[in-house]
Amino acid sequence: MFQYLKPVFVSLSVATLAVSLVGAAQAKVEGDTIILGAALSFTGKYKTNGKHTKNGYELAVRKVNEMGGVKVGDKSYKLKVVYYDDESTPARGAQLAERLIKQDGVQFMLGPYSSGLTKAMAPVTEKYKIPMVEGNGASRSLFNKGYKYLFAVLSTSEQYLAEAINLAAQQAVAAGKDPADLKLALAMENDPFSQDIRAGVLDDAQTHSINVVIDDKLPKELNDMTVTLTKVRALKPDILVVSGHSKGAATAVRQMMEQKVDVPMFAITHCEAADVVGKFGAGAEFTLCATQWAETMTYKDDYFGSASDYAKLFEKEYGYVPPYQAAESSASVLVWVDALQRANSFDNVKLRDALAATDMQTFYGNINFDETGKNIAKPMVLRQVQGGQYKVVAPTKWASDKLIYPRPKWSER
Amino acid sequence: MGNLEILLQAPIFSVQLLIDGLLVGSIFALAAYGMALLWGVMNIINISQGDYVILGGYVTLTLYNAGIHPLFGVPVAAVVLFIVGWAIYRAVIYRVVDRDLFISILATFGISILLQQLMDQIFGADIQSAESGLGQIFLFDNQVTVSQIKLVALAVVIVVGVALVLFFKKSRMGQAIRATAQNARAARLMGINTDRVYAMTFAMNAALCGAAGALVVMTWVIQPFIGLAYTIRSFMIVVVAGLGNIAGVVAAALGLGAAEQFAAFLLGAEFQIGFVFGLLVVILLVRNMVLKRQRQVLK
Repeated sequence: MFQYLKPVFVSLSVATLAVSLVGAAQAKVEGDTIILGAALSFTGKYKTNGKHTKNGYELAVRKVNEMGGVKVGDKSYKLKVVYYDDESTPARGAQLAERLIKQDGVQFMLGPYSSGLTKAMAPVTEKYKIPMVEGNGASRSLFNKGYKYLFAVLSTSEQYLAEAINLAAQQAVAAGKDPADLKLALAMENDPFSQDIRAGVLDDAQTHSINVVIDDKLPKELNDMTVTLTKVRALKPDILVVSGHSKGAATAVRQMMEQKVDVPMFAITHCEAADVVGKFGAGAEFTLCATQWAETMTYKDDYFGSASDYAKLFEKEYGYVPPYQAAESSASVLVWVDALQRANSFDNVKLRDALAATDMQTFYGNINFDETGKNIAKPMVLRQVQGGQYKVVAPTKWASDKLIYPRPKWSER
Repeated sequence: MGNLEILLQAPIFSVQLLIDGLLVGSIFALAAYGMALLWGVMNIINISQGDYVILGGYVTLTLYNAGIHPLFGVPVAAVVLFIVGWAIYRAVIYRVVDRDLFISILATFGISILLQQLMDQIFGADIQSAESGLGQIFLFDNQVTVSQIKLVALAVVIVVGVALVLFFKKSRMGQAIRATAQNARAARLMGINTDRVYAMTFAMNAALCGAAGALVVMTWVIQPFIGLAYTIRSFMIVVVAGLGNIAGVVAAALGLGAAEQFAAFLLGAEFQIGFVFGLLVVILLVRNMVLKRQRQVLK
């Protein structure tokens, strides 16, 4: 049957050739428009966050364009982003990075959603020496490979919950106790992201000589934490730290509530994504949630104003409160704008150097990349659910509210 | 072995592990019934098993969001999935029933992908759950908690198990299914419409998964892409229990459930799934040895 298909193959390859020729001619800057490229998850398991990422990019692009665009040389340029759907699969992400660069001639990349996709695309952008600014790949394995063209505006994953340990140590000191007497329990999903978080938590635990009494690595397939919680009940740790994306967050909060497990401090990631307050109401009270950004922070910039101005604008535009995934995506665009204007050029090496020298404040936080390309100027934030609201309680410098510690026992609520 | 010490010093925690393991196992038992049925009668290993479970969960969730108590989801999901199962049989499965096992694995794998993507499109990729509002029973000075929804699951499993046994023994359709499982060709010669039997079997399997899904969404959380865990678990239970043995399926499901809880407590959660797989290998080896010995006796 293949001989019948031959003409189809021939015409297809001719078409592909034509497309690639046109693509090569179509460069990174068209007239007065600078073209950025991004592969995002519009379908598949990351599509919710893929949408947040796109909304973040789009809002920033629109804002920058409204305010006169990007000045390079004597000319003002508008921004535009070319998107593809990576179907939440890393292999597709890598293909699309190749396509964006080779066929569409994109020279300025924005990151995809998730560490996995970023990990798949970074080798491609690196190969072609195309800078990529990303706001949604936090795994520290992205920053120990010597990549020169990858820049991340967010805090890396080992910082996610480390702050909780410092907070517990502070509380112990304030109560006149020795932090070394604290007992720590960890329940971390057995995937690279959560294991990074675990490494960060363990480092901080070591600094304070905190005793680790439980260190469970939850299998990905698992959606029941009863065993770990039984251990918690037996060993009575002072701090319980859980990470396992939305599934881990929902499972942990739900089963803590159902089984009335008491622990003085309970810190998790992905509260907002799992909507633990909406789902479990009072059961989520006093939970500490790690977040990259909160709209109550006092950072500001010239484009969006303060963090809360950004939140208001975003909500007006898209009808929901911006999750940090959207905020860090918007910040990525602002980093590009800043670098393009400082480099005053479209040369990729000059742009890379300009990006590396970034030192700015955005509504999302301060941004300053170290030599591996990760942002070292912005701390992670811990929020505590108080009265159904997320209240910033750490780091103390940016905190709007006081930590409630220890968590009241279930029998006393 | 610090964890063993805890169990020895405070044996109450092993009660917790045992109870929870048995109850967790009972939820898996439902999906495993279905898989045993399908495998035994149609010689199909259904890769999409877990996706019917998740779909059943979404049916229940839809009721829940409409303000109906999610417990009604158990029968409703079963009925809806029965219809879905019948439709899938008519569309795809009847073409692969008498074919190579590999073909049916491939076909059901395709159905699995299709169902996942459809659920993703319709219900979104977020983690969701329904609250049964049933609460917990606290025993032994709050040292042991038993979730009532898991007790409901156990009750559903027992009722459905008894109903199935009666169905296979008493009803004409049940007898036809058993006859077809023994020898499809002979059954056809005796005037049994095996195509109808297959459709019924497949739809019943989907219905069982649907009921299981309703329990899953009330006990844990669902998401369009986590069905495979349920497929693998059902597969394992069936491999341990053998085909055509409902009591064996229940026993294997509960036993594996309890074993994995203890393994997770003693060895750490990272070995929970690994331990069950290791146990599977041991069971297969032992069973093979026993069978070999029996064969020698027969010689």
